[in-house]
Amino acid sequence: MAWSVLLLLPTTALFVLLSRFSLFHPILWMSECLSLLTSASAIFSFILLCGVVLMVGFFNLEYYTVVPSIACSKIALLGQVLHPRQFVHSLVHCIMGVVVAWCCAFTIGGRYRSLGHPCTQDESSGPEMCLNEYHLVLLLAGAFIGYSHSLVGVVYNMNYVSFHTMQQYKYLRFKGALPLVVKASAVQALYCLRSFLLLYFFMGYAPRAWICKTLDLSINSSIHSLDSVSSLLDLSLLYHLWISGTFLLLTWYITVLLFRIFVTEVHITPLTPYNASIRPTAFLALQDLALLSQHSPSRRLEVFSLSQPGGHPHIWTALSKECLSLLSDLTERLVAHHDTVATNGRAKSQSTGSNKRSTTSSEGSGSYNALSLSLKNAAFRKCSDFVPYFITPQGALSPGFSSIQSPHVMRRGPKLWSASTGEGQPRGHTWLILPMDYFLTHCCLSLQLPEASSQALFADSQVHIWALQGLSHLVAASFSEDQYGIVQTTLPTILSTLLLLQEAVDRHFKLPHTSSKPGHCSCSMGDDSYKTLRFALRSTLKTAVYRITATFGGHLQ
Amino acid sequence: CHYLALCLQLSSEEMTAEFSQVLDWSDCAVRGFAWHPHTQKCAVALSDDSIKIYNPKSATTPTLKHRLQRSVAALQWKPLCASALAVACHNCLLVWHVDPTSLSTRPSSGCAQVLSHPGHSPVTSVAWSPNGPLLVSASPRDTALLVWDVAVESCVPLHRVGGGGVTYLSWSPDGSRVLAATPSSLFRVWETRMWTCERWPSLKGRCQSGCWSPDGSRLLFTVQGETVIYALTFTDNPVVYTAATVVADLSETTLNTPDGDIMVGGEIQSLAWDPRGERLAVHVKGQASGRPAMIAVFKTQISPAFKLLPCGFVQGEAGTEPRLMQFNPNYQHGAQLTVCWSNGKITHVPFCFMSAGNPQPGLGGSPSFPLTQGRPADYNNQTLYTELIS
Repeated sequence: MAWSVLLLLPTTALFVLLSRFSLFHPILWMSECLSLLTSASAIFSFILLCGVVLMVGFFNLEYYTVVPSIACSKIALLGQVLHPRQFVHSLVHCIMGVVVAWCCAFTIGGRYRSLGHPCTQDESSGPEMCLNEYHLVLLLAGAFIGYSHSLVGVVYNMNYVSFHTMQQYKYLRFKGALPLVVKASAVQALYCLRSFLLLYFFMGYAPRAWICKTLDLSINSSIHSLDSVSSLLDLSLLYHLWISGTFLLLTWYITVLLFRIFVTEVHITPLTPYNASIRPTAFLALQDLALLSQHSPSRRLEVFSLSQPGGHPHIWTALSKECLSLLSDLTERLVAHHDTVATNGRAKSQSTGSNKRSTTSSEGSGSYNALSLSLKNAAFRKCSDFVPYFITPQGALSPGFSSIQSPHVMRRGPKLWSASTGEGQPRGHTWLILPMDYFLTHCCLSLQLPEASSQALFADSQVHIWALQGLSHLVAASFSEDQYGIVQTTLPTILSTLLLLQEAVDRHFKLPHTSSKPGHCSCSMGDDSYKTLRFALRSTLKTAVYRITATFGGHLQ
Repeated sequence: CHYLALCLQLSSEEMTAEFSQVLDWSDCAVRGFAWHPHTQKCAVALSDDSIKIYNPKSATTPTLKHRLQRSVAALQWKPLCASALAVACHNCLLVWHVDPTSLSTRPSSGCAQVLSHPGHSPVTSVAWSPNGPLLVSASPRDTALLVWDVAVESCVPLHRVGGGGVTYLSWSPDGSRVLAATPSSLFRVWETRMWTCERWPSLKGRCQSGCWSPDGSRLLFTVQGETVIYALTFTDNPVVYTAATVVADLSETTLNTPDGDIMVGGEIQSLAWDPRGERLAVHVKGQASGRPAMIAVFKTQISPAFKLLPCGFVQGEAGTEPRLMQFNPNYQHGAQLTVCWSNGKITHVPFCFMSAGNPQPGLGGSPSFPLTQGRPADYNNQTLYTELIS
């Protein structure tokens, strides 16, 4: 977040430059901008903007997830949008949009400076305050852009953080992404502006009247009001609206980008049996495992080491057990899904009877929100403090987590989805449902989004991908590096787990709608890589099996 | 400046011909060749923009055609996979997924993933990561090196200032580095851990071709217009700066043979190093004045000290010239070099030797010159076959 605030300075300076742009008087333009930047009022607005950025950062932290919430039907999507938590998010973003718009108006100056200005309606009445409609338009545009940013965020899963296959230094990644972010904010501001102008044209009188009534201002009848075509097509107004919108979105997008880059940074997990046995399935620990297995011979030696005294391969046993249990869970989930589909011939919505508290697996048009990822703690700890972070329904297993309940956990109504009954529930996962889904799924089957159920099944597959990579690289490396032969004893189990998963995945891809690749998201800040996680998993699985068999070759016969 | 002039003058096809590893790409019947890394299967790209896959275990020869598959510059099979083939085409990359058990002779276009990026055309080189899912692609018109995650069809462009586009890529067999040659007199070596690069400005001309030793510690490369082979050493210690050393000089010279005097040597078109690091094949360009193109073979040793010793030449039928060559990654008895000739024939030339890892006193490895004449008739009864391609 410190970086976003720091970057605010050049962005604001650029905005000031562009807002006072004057092609024909360059020297006057530069001197005006310089004097503006060093004035006290500018510093005050800058502090306000810092506050806004910090608020946005805080919201990013609260709302982000590494497992996307995928709506399986349009009704579920609507449910997500109307959710109270989302309402709070939208409201706060609206208010922040207004604040930023106010700062922009202040900076641009001229006719946008203040909400009211003295005017004389006619000779008989004294001077009174009239509404400055330009200022109002700017504020409303800010609110609209803030709200649409929040809406777009939930529809395109902007709070989803994905992990890249290739590692890069943070600065280089930021530098590479910056031009795209600038372009995205300009384009998005343009789209929002277009919608806003239409809205204002038809509905502009309402907020205007409300403001006048509340603040006791009157409308200046000597100038045209802005909700007419000719007034709205004023180029200068459009330009100022557009760059204010771009500035607003740019600061927020940069915050989101920096946040994503910092959260997905690799953290080194110390390899001890304690960490290995208690939740090495932690997201970042798995990412670390996948990387150390490929690149770090010294850390691999630690994995292949025996305990002193006793000579037991605790670390390897714990690691392989956890990875294999993750993969078996996924296999079970897929098999259960196939069974459901096979028995009905098509995806089943839910069991019969609206009041049954059935836990038999039934997937379909519910909306799946996997929790267990309050990474807010794990992401910002250093390695010495690393504590696994999965929240289990049974309560936390490690210190520091006992009092944490993810805000995502809400259980109302029967579960529509579970991998299998009770004890087969994947450890550390709790599926939750929005309260409206249960009611709505009864009646709105025709609005299903076909690919979504397949995407939802693989929504948390990033952990499986890392587990596969880590395991297969370690097994391949053990051919030459394992001095005690500890890996070979578990090799048959590993191979059989992988092959069972491969079979289940191949069967899944024979179902309809599973193989179709989605088009690219038009909103460039939205991260839709979750839509193709299943392809990445399939490819990684194949590569993992080949890696093991290619290394051990003829020895496996 | 030379590069700019080049860029403005050449059309896409001419650019592909200029930067391809194939000698005389425009007139060649075979435009690309790729052995599968794990099995005896190969893909051959022909001048009619189709690709044939030859597999001795299969009764059919699938032909891959796609409307976007034009001006194929390079192809490579994906490691650790049965059936994925990346093809560098005119304005996109195609990744074919060909089911090895399928009996179809014309796999449909739906089996190919199309990977394209604005401004990235023509694609002249591709390289798969030996260990993982990444694919890098290069285009002389695009200053960015594209790193693709093929399963999700997304790419990360790595921009660097200087050099113009990227013409040739070579990924080291241990997966740690990628050579990226540019049209100007500069090439880059990227490390694949965090994707940072080193700049290597060369003295004159652009880097024409390069190849890595099996352990990724040594890079041999050639410069256009020069007849020498340079070597660079890479260690894990980043502080040591080295300069490239000349390890072989292939300037024109005359050899006295029982058949008369023959001219050998000249500019180098491409290099190929066998997977054991024991034989280096150098494809030397010919001259219109009568010196034909030929392949020179060197014996190499990487550890404990790097050695490069001339070994022999590979000649084809009279009047034919080699156009493209590649070592077979799966030959157990030494090394095997596959050569695509100008008359459309493809021959497989074996070099039988005991690996230098087990030195036997008294046995000096393979016999010295002449090593082999590569006559196609001698190899018709091998398990691998030559195929007459018209």
